[in-house]
Amino acid sequence: MKKSHLLASLLLAGSMLSAATAAPLAFDFTDPKGVNAVRFHLDSLLEPISGNANGVSGTVSYDPANPRATTGKIVVAAGSAVVSNSVMTDHMLGEQWLDAANHPEIVFELTGLSDVKTEGNNTTATATGKFTLKGITREISVPVRLSYLPGAFGKRINKPEVPGDLLVIRGEFSIQRADYGIKPGQNEDKVNPEIALSLAIVGSPAKG
Amino acid sequence: MPANESPAAADAADSAPAAHSSAAPRATTHPIRLALRLIAAFVFVFGLVYWAGKGAHTGWSMNRVPVTQVDEITEIEFTTYEERFVPGIEWLGGAMALGVLSFGLSFFFRPKENPEV
Repeated sequence: MKKSHLLASLLLAGSMLSAATAAPLAFDFTDPKGVNAVRFHLDSLLEPISGNANGVSGTVSYDPANPRATTGKIVVAAGSAVVSNSVMTDHMLGEQWLDAANHPEIVFELTGLSDVKTEGNNTTATATGKFTLKGITREISVPVRLSYLPGAFGKRINKPEVPGDLLVIRGEFSIQRADYGIKPGQNEDKVNPEIALSLAIVGSPAKG
Repeated sequence: MPANESPAAADAADSAPAAHSSAAPRATTHPIRLALRLIAAFVFVFGLVYWAGKGAHTGWSMNRVPVTQVDEITEIEFTTYEERFVPGIEWLGGAMALGVLSFGLSFFFRPKENPEV
């Protein structure tokens, strides 16, 4: 009788531990090292307009045992977008283009992953979600690659004793600026209507 | 110098004094004309040398220069910016235009006529 109680307790403890380890992990994308950024690229007269926006924040819930269940939201501060020329940067943030003063956030809210393929700690998928730019929200699908790096957090902050995992998200997609009210039908001979965006961001263990 | 002579004709007269006879009036270069041409030459040379020396960038001028770095652990490529000025093609064009303007203006300052002593 005592043996069966012990076995039951062990099984219960084991299942609780298993449940605990299988729980989704929360990752915070406000990077302490300032690496996170979204790059943008538009063809234009003379040379392409390229720059990046590094004001990335947001959280993603990721379950290494079930990547398909990933949820989350990534926010980019519109005002953090810069190009190499300061006059062009001011122009880009102005009312005619991004209107960063009135629409300070660019948001991607993940609603689901499809075509999920996992190999080791790497998962490729198509992320579908609501993308909001300049106050206009549209549903888009973005091919993404998720790399789960267990135990790499401490190493990255030069404190190997600190536990924690990292989640790297990479993706490339393009949008039509007219779809988001950015000079629709205007200046298309000078600035390409298509904006190419690429994302490479790392999430650290979320506090709390 | 006749009043209806063009600035270019006046310039030709200025540049060929040796062809005149000793009895003809001698033209001397107007000081402003000389100054404008020196400025034009300086702007041309300085503009070209400065632009070439800063990398001969054929795009727009840059106030900050992107530098690509790689995060060791995640292998994420990210961009930082060095705060320095790199003149672009419009800067070179501006310098050349200023040089041309200065040179063009110099034609409006005609040589002074001095009777030979």
